[in-house]
Amino acid sequence: MAELLRTHPLEGWSAAFERLPDTVRITVEPYVAMVDVRLGPVPAEASTALGVDLPTAPNTWVPAGTGRAVWLGPDEWLVSSTTETPEELEARVRAAVLPLGGSAADVSAQRIGLRLTGARVRDVLAKGCSIDLHPRVFGRGRSAQTALGQAGVVLLALSDAGDNHGVLVRSSFAGYLAEWLLDAALEFTPTPTR
Amino acid sequence: MQLIACPWCGPREEVEFSYGGQAHVPYPDDPGALSDEEWAHYVFFRANPKGRFAERWNHSAGCRRWFNAIRDTATYRFERVYRLDDPKPVIP
Repeated sequence: MAELLRTHPLEGWSAAFERLPDTVRITVEPYVAMVDVRLGPVPAEASTALGVDLPTAPNTWVPAGTGRAVWLGPDEWLVSSTTETPEELEARVRAAVLPLGGSAADVSAQRIGLRLTGARVRDVLAKGCSIDLHPRVFGRGRSAQTALGQAGVVLLALSDAGDNHGVLVRSSFAGYLAEWLLDAALEFTPTPTR
Repeated sequence: MQLIACPWCGPREEVEFSYGGQAHVPYPDDPGALSDEEWAHYVFFRANPKGRFAERWNHSAGCRRWFNAIRDTATYRFERVYRLDDPKPVIP
């Protein structure tokens, strides 16, 4: 039987990403376990059971252990972990929120992560979305679910300087978004000398 | 592109939203007593004013929540945006 190798959807783009300048650096993040949490009103015991205060302010994220808890809606969060397997994370979060009337579903295979670093990253992102990305507004701890180009993404602000952003994109849209980002970064990419 | 202020997420591009028709259409109090004609009016008949119109919108590319908006159908300007459980605002 043929062995099925786990390949990353953006493997074919790694060479193109390496040619980018330091002002727009795109790196592909390793797979992380992610769980979609639905919970109506957040009771006080949720934070002790989960080990994290789920953010209730719209468009924010907080560190949660080794991962993050991202606000996706008034009763929906994305909880990730870099150390647990998807099954472990799902079981742990489900055990915490089920008695409170919530639910948890493993969505690790849904999105992959990209890291955009550099002084020009804001200019690149601004070509595809109308969100105010100035660090005064979109500093560390802010997030946004929006459309970047034609792809739905979750944007995460990872620094207060506005030069470090996380992008979570659906795996099937990753190729499109990679092409779009490379095109948007073209003006900051030095042309090779012949 | 026009920005629509989602009551949860804030101003976002218009393409992130989808339209849900007229707002504040009450479900019949006694559905069993309705005639076919009354059902048809409840299901299919909607107002089509020129001017301010209360509508349902969904932020489908963001928080995926429904909300209501009062939009001027002549100018496409969004006069008010409010959550589903808020009463219909009165605009002078």
